[in-house]
Amino acid sequence: MKIKRRTFICAAAAAGILASPQLSASGHTRPRVVVIGGGPGGATVARYIAKDSDGAIDVTLVEPTRRYYTCFFSNLYIGGFKAIEELGHGYGALASAHGINVVHDWAVGVDRDSKTVTLAGGSELAYDKLILSPGIDFIEDSVDGWNLTAQNAMPHAYKAGSQTELLRSQIMAMPTGGVYAMVAPPNPYRCPPGPYERVSMVAHHLKLHNPTAKIIIADPKEKFSKQSLFEEGWNNHYPGMIDRIGPDFGGDIVSVDPHSMTVTIDGEVTKVDACNVIPAMRAGKIVHTAGVADGNWAPVNAVDMSSKMDPDVHILGDASLQGDMPKSAFSANSQAKVCANAVRGALIGSRVFPARYANTCWSLIETNDGVKVGATYEATDEKIARVDGFISSTGESADLRKATYEESEGWYAGIIADMFN
Amino acid sequence: MRPTTANLFEHIPIRVQRQLQLLLLVTIVTFSPRVMLSDETGEAHRGQQVYMQCHECHEIGNGATNGIGPHLNQLFGRVAGGIDGFHYSPSFISAGAEGLVWNVDSIAAYLEDPQSYIEGTRMNYPGLRDKEQRDELIAFLRLFSDDSDDLMVLDSYTNEPGFSLDPDVLEIEGDREYGEYLSSLCTTCHQLAGEDAGIPAIINWPERAFVAAMHAYKNKTRTNPVMQIIAERLSDEEIAALAAYFADPQD
Ligand SMILES: Cc1cc2nc3c(=O)[nH]c(=O)nc-3n(C[C@H](O)[C@H](O)[C@H](O)COP(=O)(O)OP(=O)(O)OC[C@H]3O[C@@H](n4cnc5c(N)ncnc54)[C@H](O)[C@@H]3O)c2cc1C
Repeated sequence: MKIKRRTFICAAAAAGILASPQLSASGHTRPRVVVIGGGPGGATVARYIAKDSDGAIDVTLVEPTRRYYTCFFSNLYIGGFKAIEELGHGYGALASAHGINVVHDWAVGVDRDSKTVTLAGGSELAYDKLILSPGIDFIEDSVDGWNLTAQNAMPHAYKAGSQTELLRSQIMAMPTGGVYAMVAPPNPYRCPPGPYERVSMVAHHLKLHNPTAKIIIADPKEKFSKQSLFEEGWNNHYPGMIDRIGPDFGGDIVSVDPHSMTVTIDGEVTKVDACNVIPAMRAGKIVHTAGVADGNWAPVNAVDMSSKMDPDVHILGDASLQGDMPKSAFSANSQAKVCANAVRGALIGSRVFPARYANTCWSLIETNDGVKVGATYEATDEKIARVDGFISSTGESADLRKATYEESEGWYAGIIADMFN
Repeated sequence: MRPTTANLFEHIPIRVQRQLQLLLLVTIVTFSPRVMLSDETGEAHRGQQVYMQCHECHEIGNGATNGIGPHLNQLFGRVAGGIDGFHYSPSFISAGAEGLVWNVDSIAAYLEDPQSYIEGTRMNYPGLRDKEQRDELIAFLRLFSDDSDDLMVLDSYTNEPGFSLDPDVLEIEGDREYGEYLSSLCTTCHQLAGEDAGIPAIINWPERAFVAAMHAYKNKTRTNPVMQIIAERLSDEEIAALAAYFADPQD
């Protein structure tokens, strides 16, 4: 006989026969999950826990912004392929369709002994399981001369929204033959191909509107993601426009001056017209406040994304130190589902299945010239370990590249539905 | 001369081409000589070759049943979305409600550009732009409808994969709940609502078709690398579990 899972859970709960559900803090009837951060990690985990437990778990999502602007595809906005409105998504359906308590506030404190979270507005939330997915913060002064007060003159545009709009307007305002500089981040950082996709999109814009303009990249890394694909694309589409200065030529010895709009690379001062500084990164502040970070990131167990320091705290996405997965929206979304399954199992005794992780990152180099890189991963005792992967090849046909770009459009629609519908 | 795979599929985008790979290996029932007799210009016969693109998802002929797409017997005169028991997209249902009936003209317009003719259709096919091929295909399809002068009765064109998939594998009963968990690997890209924004819909497929497709990725008959590495990690039981879930995710 086929028993529907939902019917089974309800019937079992009514009969009190569920496998020892954990008693919730302060004797609250329904177990409580608090999720901090409403990006691919947080929105997905909240949605999956709520949707699959049919009201048996009380889920609160804390996220300060009412509209989440995706970093993914924000480079396409910079290139003029997307409108900013297309990148913004609200949390309405999470509340109305899934009964998630969406609280627009900042979490400012976590007390892991009393299992409570304090919000900037002053309220306290009790939890049985706490899930942190706050993304990244920048390490102040990792680029000499740059701090958050300089971000208006020299935007990072690495948290999407007003910063992304600012960067685009600065690129559009560049004088004929002007210079766009990017200070690329050191590893590890979110979205390994992100800075290079951005350069491609800036080049696409300049080629159309300001073809004598130049792009300089100061890069502290010897190698970067999809390097041969990007370099091939830059040569084909934007010959002579892009100059990347790696560490062998001083790309790691950089300072900026937001007042004079200059970038100094290994002692050589260049006056620039737009300057995109992407500083070094670390886990969002709340992870450090909660005391679950070790250095810049929060170490987790690969089987369920639980903190190595506290089994009742899970960390997802960019903030986590998990092993081989890149910091991407796809990864955060994948980790969220493993975590949701484990948390439901722990709280209401639902079946727990083995962890499965996957990632694919698409990048656009020029109109209809899409490339991708992806891998599958498994949980080992030590970390999330890469099993197998693939990457687009140089010299692929235009048809295949176009199909790859179309696939990325499908992915974007898919992951948005998977986070917010 | 028989068309080679290369020239047959030349103008079709890679996204579709890779889905046709499987099809090249399917066992195809040899075509009855009756078609030749009643098909003086050979149009319907050439249409049969064009039909190979449809064949992975649509069955036609004697005993044909619904597959990934509805069967195509008695297509002419059928109201769009009109087969009971087949899960159509909402757009198809409303097209039917608004009075769309399949005839030579409507089929031609739909085939030419499915997404613009019925926006939101789940048919993952970019369109047949070549008019001649469209006419041939329509001539072929018409043989299987009552209004044809010479109604075809052929053995069914089914879509069993031709690579050696152990028949037992097709019989495995999937653990639906496990499938629901595993489906979350797929829903990062494939929408549960069945929308296709560049990545095909995979809901409401017959379980056997789903299993066959996943095994075709696993043994690399199908070429999309994202799907190959996902499928590679799935056991036969896990593929069956996914097929059981996606066959009817709303259940
Ligand atoms: C330019 C660019 C391009 C990218 N392209 C891609 C791509 O193509 N594909 C891909 O997969 N990934 C891409 N990424 C990476 C992707 O955006 C991130 O990896 C992903 O957003 C990480 O998700 P997350 O949930 O960990 O964090 P985030 O998405 O950063 O979400 C964190 C959320 O937490 C909230 N928050 C932070 N602190 C608190 C607090 N104390 N209290 C309450 N809320 C808090 C924030 O407001 C934010 O909404 C790109 C990134 C960039 C910058």
